[in-house]
Amino acid sequence: MEFSYYPGCSLEGMNKAYDKSARLVSKTLGIGLTELNDWNCCGASAYMSIQELRAHLLSARNLAIAEREKKDLVVVCPACLTTLTKSNHYMGEDLKLRRTIASALKAANLQYLGTVKVRHLLEVLVNEIGEQEIKTKVTRPLTSLKVAPYYGCQFTRPFGEFDDKEFPVMLDTLLKWLGAEPVNFPLKAKCCGGMLMTTNEPVGLGLVRSLLDCATQNGAECIATICPLCHITLEAYQGNVNKKFATSFEMPTLYFTQLMGLAFGFSRKELGINEELISSKAVLARRVEAV
Amino acid sequence: MIGGIYRRDIYPPFSHLRAVIALSEERSERRAHALGNVFLHAVYSIPGGEKIKECIQCGTCSASCPTSYAMDYTPREIIAAFRAGLLERVLRSNTVWLCASCYYCTVRCPSGIKLTDIMYELKRLGVEFGLVQEGAVAPVLSKTFVDMVDKYGRVPEIPLMMTVLLKTNPLRILKMIPHGLKLFLRGRMPFLPHRISGISELQKCSGAMTDALVSGVHAGPVTGEET
Amino acid sequence: MAEKIGVYVCHCGTNIAQTVDCKSVVDYASGLPNVTVAREYQYMCSDPGQELIKKDIKELGLTRVVVASCSPLMHEPTFRRAVEEAGLNQFLFQMANIREQCSWISENKEMATERAKSIVGAAVKRVEFQEPLDVKKVPVNPNVLIVGGGITGIEAALQIADSGKKVYLVEKEPTIGGYMAQFDKTFPTLDCAACILTPKMVSVGQHPNIELLSYSDVTGFSGYVGNFTARIRRRAKYVEEEKCSGCGLCTEKCPVSVPSEFDCGLGKRKAIYRPFPQAVPNVPVIDRDRCLYFTKGVCKVCQKFCPRGAINFEQKETYADLQVGTAILATGFDLFDASKVKQYGYGRLPNVITSLEFERFSHASGPTGGKILLKNGQMPSNIAILHCIGSRDTNFNEYCSRVCCMYSMKIAHLAHEKTGARVYEFYIDLRAFGKGYEEFYKRILEEETIFIRGKAAEVTDVAQTSAERGKLIVVAEDTLLGIVRRIPVDMVVLSVGLEPRKDTTEIARIFSISRSQDGFFLERHPKLAPVSTASDGIFIAGACQGPKDIPDSVAQGAAAAANALSLIDRKEVTLEPTVAFIDEKSCSGCKICIGLCPYNAISFDESKEVSVVNDALCKGCGTCVAACPSGAIGQRNFTDDQLLAEVEAICA
Repeated sequence: MEFSYYPGCSLEGMNKAYDKSARLVSKTLGIGLTELNDWNCCGASAYMSIQELRAHLLSARNLAIAEREKKDLVVVCPACLTTLTKSNHYMGEDLKLRRTIASALKAANLQYLGTVKVRHLLEVLVNEIGEQEIKTKVTRPLTSLKVAPYYGCQFTRPFGEFDDKEFPVMLDTLLKWLGAEPVNFPLKAKCCGGMLMTTNEPVGLGLVRSLLDCATQNGAECIATICPLCHITLEAYQGNVNKKFATSFEMPTLYFTQLMGLAFGFSRKELGINEELISSKAVLARRVEAV
Repeated sequence: MIGGIYRRDIYPPFSHLRAVIALSEERSERRAHALGNVFLHAVYSIPGGEKIKECIQCGTCSASCPTSYAMDYTPREIIAAFRAGLLERVLRSNTVWLCASCYYCTVRCPSGIKLTDIMYELKRLGVEFGLVQEGAVAPVLSKTFVDMVDKYGRVPEIPLMMTVLLKTNPLRILKMIPHGLKLFLRGRMPFLPHRISGISELQKCSGAMTDALVSGVHAGPVTGEET
Repeated sequence: MAEKIGVYVCHCGTNIAQTVDCKSVVDYASGLPNVTVAREYQYMCSDPGQELIKKDIKELGLTRVVVASCSPLMHEPTFRRAVEEAGLNQFLFQMANIREQCSWISENKEMATERAKSIVGAAVKRVEFQEPLDVKKVPVNPNVLIVGGGITGIEAALQIADSGKKVYLVEKEPTIGGYMAQFDKTFPTLDCAACILTPKMVSVGQHPNIELLSYSDVTGFSGYVGNFTARIRRRAKYVEEEKCSGCGLCTEKCPVSVPSEFDCGLGKRKAIYRPFPQAVPNVPVIDRDRCLYFTKGVCKVCQKFCPRGAINFEQKETYADLQVGTAILATGFDLFDASKVKQYGYGRLPNVITSLEFERFSHASGPTGGKILLKNGQMPSNIAILHCIGSRDTNFNEYCSRVCCMYSMKIAHLAHEKTGARVYEFYIDLRAFGKGYEEFYKRILEEETIFIRGKAAEVTDVAQTSAERGKLIVVAEDTLLGIVRRIPVDMVVLSVGLEPRKDTTEIARIFSISRSQDGFFLERHPKLAPVSTASDGIFIAGACQGPKDIPDSVAQGAAAAANALSLIDRKEVTLEPTVAFIDEKSCSGCKICIGLCPYNAISFDESKEVSVVNDALCKGCGTCVAACPSGAIGQRNFTDDQLLAEVEAICA
């Protein structure tokens, strides 16, 4: 199974571990991920907040390059997912937009005919690889590790094409296949605030606090994420949250690909877990053999 | 409006109105009227923007919004203000830049209004007309982001944060040092931006789009598509 | 001999005259071949307008008439009548639609006038080829089929039966009564639903003119107005109705207990059961999927104890063919499935219930004996009622379900009465449009119900404060204040909307009627003919036509009854002669037309080896006419000559 792979800017920076673990897990499952050649930033929310057409152009260039490869485009960041998918849909529905972008792409001898499908790695793993295949690769089950599956906003919103917009279940399902125990997590698809932590810290901290609170109340030992921005937001500011709200959170936060990697037998170092800001050593040692 | 004369990406519409806005005094009626017209057409021009006419003011958007509690005007109030021609005060408040694009409003709206996309348009309008809250960090972050993408093709997170903090709240950098240190020690602190090789290509495309919009010309149909 | 055509161009007030230069059209028409006279008038459909036509027919000896005005759907019958009254066959008349198809869709006066001339020219050319036709009269069978035994069907049945005509009332449940039987009280009078319904149910059960076929459905319906045949499937109750006395001993003794549909799954019933004690007919049925005898071959306790020997496990399902002249569909509605709106927690969070479930709690013979209780058995101290669940929402049903505001207020009243709880109502707009409804709203306000204007965005159990712990929190913007509020309550009642029943597609197919965009049955005219359909002789009434409350349902039931009786008392109906006819000589006997006919109006004559059209069943849809490879089928008043003449005139 071959896909084009779009890591996104945040995987180059603070979240290399996500990239590492994603590639490792994919390789184990026989998924070929070929990084998209010379991809540019998708623009996420920030670019669209300043420029509309140029934001679509950013997506279009990536999609044009991907179309040449004739493979589906896999992303691991929901913001990239939503941005690329939105441009894909809007260009498909709005003739004038399509033409404007097409004429711009021509200047670089590029063209995009609308055939690329953008997908998140989680969805590919659950729908394409499936239970049997994944279970066979599990050599070190996460025996009842209590995980709060955190989806964030942009995995199923606004399009909801492959999971429920309010209460998605895909990650819960995958965690069960790994032997873990996904806890009841009613805020699983609520916003973490994302960039707000930088632009409006009090509001950002409030949002993170309620997520950490809910996870803790429901007995979670760690949180699984599928988005690099959610990850850093949940992980890096727990100290600030504790200071502001007189709480004592110390909730390990792991990428779902890292949890998969652990279950497949890879080491903490191989999966970049050693780069974490909050130690998951104790939690994992309790539940997972010889980590 | 996509492809029409109303794209304010580069060339503003209603240039005569803009002159009125620029020259008139801040609170004058003429100016408010001119602004109102521009905003009306701008919002109607985005895909699905005209649905805003069907708002029944139910408040689902406000109640679904994770940050509305902190907003000066709730999402529903934005639309009420829009209808009353009082959007300027909303843009000058903290409201639009508190939107985290979580899309709850969009998926739950009973009238099918794509409020998140309208928020993006309001953010763009605010930046364009200089109508943002005093000292707001978010517009600075977004503008810096855009500059970096335009220059490098990708966004290096640390330089982005540093630039934004320097511009808005240098003291906070001191507070972030412990965070920074932790990240640095774990090898998670990239400093150098990665410049993509196709950056000049991307800039050329951007330029071509600007020219086309200004001159009102579009290339013909893309191969394989209907006329 | 050349025809003498009269052309009349209507102004229709300003509807046509504003856009079409009528004088110009008249002048044009006068110049056409065989046109004896061309006139214009402000309102052709009025008495003086019609007089113009009649006068010209008598004085000028007109042999053909063309009126250029509105759509034939509006006034073709009017002008046909006028023409007949003047002594000319009504099918020598043709209408030219220069309103809906011309003035109403043209902005440009020049273009509209040219277009009108073209349309009129076509009609003039066509009418020359038209021939006199005779209408056919058929008798009307006075029997009436009513499908659905809810309050609407019951009302219609009683009205018709009281007038001396025979009614077949078909109901798919074991008992009549419909949703109304499940309600506790009805708004705005707070009448006990059962108290006002059961007497009517008993009347139906005892009426000599009503044959009640319960636990049955309609599987086929054929024929034409005045002469329909309905195929009814009578499901096996495994209880012989004539022998059963309704003593209820069998239901007491049955060992199998399953969730009761009548109680929305909140209470239990047995495998042999009556939906509720006042059921009509008061005869239990056996649910063979749950019965121990049918599933495992044991038990039969009911049979052992029945003093009348009424239990019959060998009973078979039977079919009956009923001959009726008219049918009334009163099949009712279904409630919106609240589990589709995940953010309200229905099915996920405890104590989130629907309005109907609340009614069952409140009902004296409901699962809790009339007490409003939480899952833990306690009474709620705070209740939230959420309006517009699944209604007024592009994500689900766009329309407003009309009754929910009123029933929500009724629920608030019952909640106050039975629990003394604090009641919140989350609404967008309040619709209290009926007689006594606004006054009812005032009463609910007096009871200190807290109305918050804001649609609830979600119901959550994730507490943010200690006051919220263990509660259900309703999150809504109080739009009148512009503040997002979180209200902790014990119980949430979802005011779910009304939807077309799931079997609506099937019923529409069986009766060949249409549905409107929202899925409810389509009435002939939303304002002037709300209970008729496009199919003569088939009427619709009640919630199956659109969401409505009990007063309106009863009114429509009576209206449908009046419509049916009117048809019946006419003793005979006229059938349009514009049907298909087959030229025997040209028919090759290929039978292609037979399979295509949606009304099964064509049969094959084995002896002559040709197809034959049944005039009465044929609705003149034209399918066979177009399909016939030998061109052997024509349609009266739509012959090839006539149609080609129109085309020729337009292309000229």
